[in-house]
Amino acid sequence: MFYFRQKESDIAIEKTAQTRVEVPLDDALLPPTSGSVIGVALNDKALVQTLEKSFHEKPHVQPPKTPVLYIKTDNTHLGYGAPIKVPTDKGPVYAGPALGIVIGKTATRVSTENALDVIQGFTVVNEVSLAETSFYRPAVKAKCRDTFCPIGPWIIDKESVQNPNSLTIRTVINDQQVHETNTNQLIHSVEEIVSYISGFMTLEAGDILIAGTPLRSAELEIKPGDSVMIDIDGIGQLSNPVEME
Amino acid sequence: MKSARILFNHETLHVTVNEKDQVVTQEGKVLEEGSFTWLPPCDGKIFVLAINYADHAAELSFKAPDEPLVFLKNNNSLIGHNQHTYRPDNVDYMHYECELVVVIGKQAKNVSVDDAMDYVGGYTVGNDYAIRDYLENYYRPNLRVKSRDTCTPIGPYLVDAKEVKDPHNLVLRTYINGELKQEGNTKDLVFNIPQLIAYLSDIMTLSPGDMIFTGTPEGLADVKPGDVITTEVEGVGVLKNTIISETDYLKTIHKQ
Repeated sequence: MFYFRQKESDIAIEKTAQTRVEVPLDDALLPPTSGSVIGVALNDKALVQTLEKSFHEKPHVQPPKTPVLYIKTDNTHLGYGAPIKVPTDKGPVYAGPALGIVIGKTATRVSTENALDVIQGFTVVNEVSLAETSFYRPAVKAKCRDTFCPIGPWIIDKESVQNPNSLTIRTVINDQQVHETNTNQLIHSVEEIVSYISGFMTLEAGDILIAGTPLRSAELEIKPGDSVMIDIDGIGQLSNPVEME
Repeated sequence: MKSARILFNHETLHVTVNEKDQVVTQEGKVLEEGSFTWLPPCDGKIFVLAINYADHAAELSFKAPDEPLVFLKNNNSLIGHNQHTYRPDNVDYMHYECELVVVIGKQAKNVSVDDAMDYVGGYTVGNDYAIRDYLENYYRPNLRVKSRDTCTPIGPYLVDAKEVKDPHNLVLRTYINGELKQEGNTKDLVFNIPQLIAYLSDIMTLSPGDMIFTGTPEGLADVKPGDVITTEVEGVGVLKNTIISETDYLKTIHKQ
């Protein structure tokens, strides 16, 4: 089953479809939920390997003991097909290919064994960000600009996904594949993320957790005029044009 | 005008608060304290300022920052007036932070310092609890310290912006079980309200209901289960909150 939201006369209408071809892929699509969006930073093996040395230096001093979290505020949430607006005076802007875990019911202190019970399904997230020069302070400036979090096009129910911890994620810019990763590169698995966060933050139906983004290498840079697509095997393809802010 | 949200007979009601601090329904009925539950008076993004009072920066051995140091909380952490906040078992230091909360009244993007006050809808009182044991040097202060369930009491109500003559000269006080522990004045804000609105609206669009917790002055202290914490901002409100143990908290959530 596919769950999506559409704008009709400026009202958000929740809809479902049995097959993906029934979902009209145009810019009337909204992010598939209106919940909170919380991401896990530094959750990619290669990314952490690159940064490992700096983790032992000031100001970090030691590697993170627990998953590092951030919030993508509501002004960042964007539907399929809507333009990502990038500033031209803040340095490079990067796509952030990621799996979105969609919560299905209120969840407090869920064990890893029970994590799948509180997950409704999965979606595709493009966690857009400016370059981060440091991970010491919260990344509000880098991550919370308007339109910096396309989500969609839909939520696919968890029953349709065999193993969320082994999904290929491809980034395609202007019809050319520029990057490939896999959720098997996550340090904390989907189940561990749900369990950890719900340990102190009650999650609600419709909340989305961003499982992790890879190193923001030059291939992931997006510029005005580009079209960027994040494609996750068995989940969906999330496409957005890029415009000047 | 003072406006609030309450839970009454399992229903969320938008109410006003009269001069005697009584809750009045839209039908004009006065509700007795205890017959309803206070909810957070607003709903939106939650920005919090760290080290935004010079004296508090000194207390934490920090130099006041060159630009606002802003972090975000998620709405899971909000609770209303007269509710319970749980202290995790086996932690050494959990403290309150009494703050003036600015609530945005209309959509704001790229607002200048000169125009910023036009975008303030009202003010309320916030208590930004932190568990210092959980601090790590990544996106500090991290969500585990600050965005915990029950750790952000706010309210009791929203006071209209026009009723607060000078938001930059308000005394803040925190009491533990009636004993004064923290005192400061919003005149000592490092970044004042218009500067904060201009700074944030330069990064992103602010919407009605968004909250800016403007920071806390010096005078932090540990709180223990059973403590009644009163945070007040002159002319804005008196917000009460009781600390309970994690064990007692778990009993309440498992009942639901």
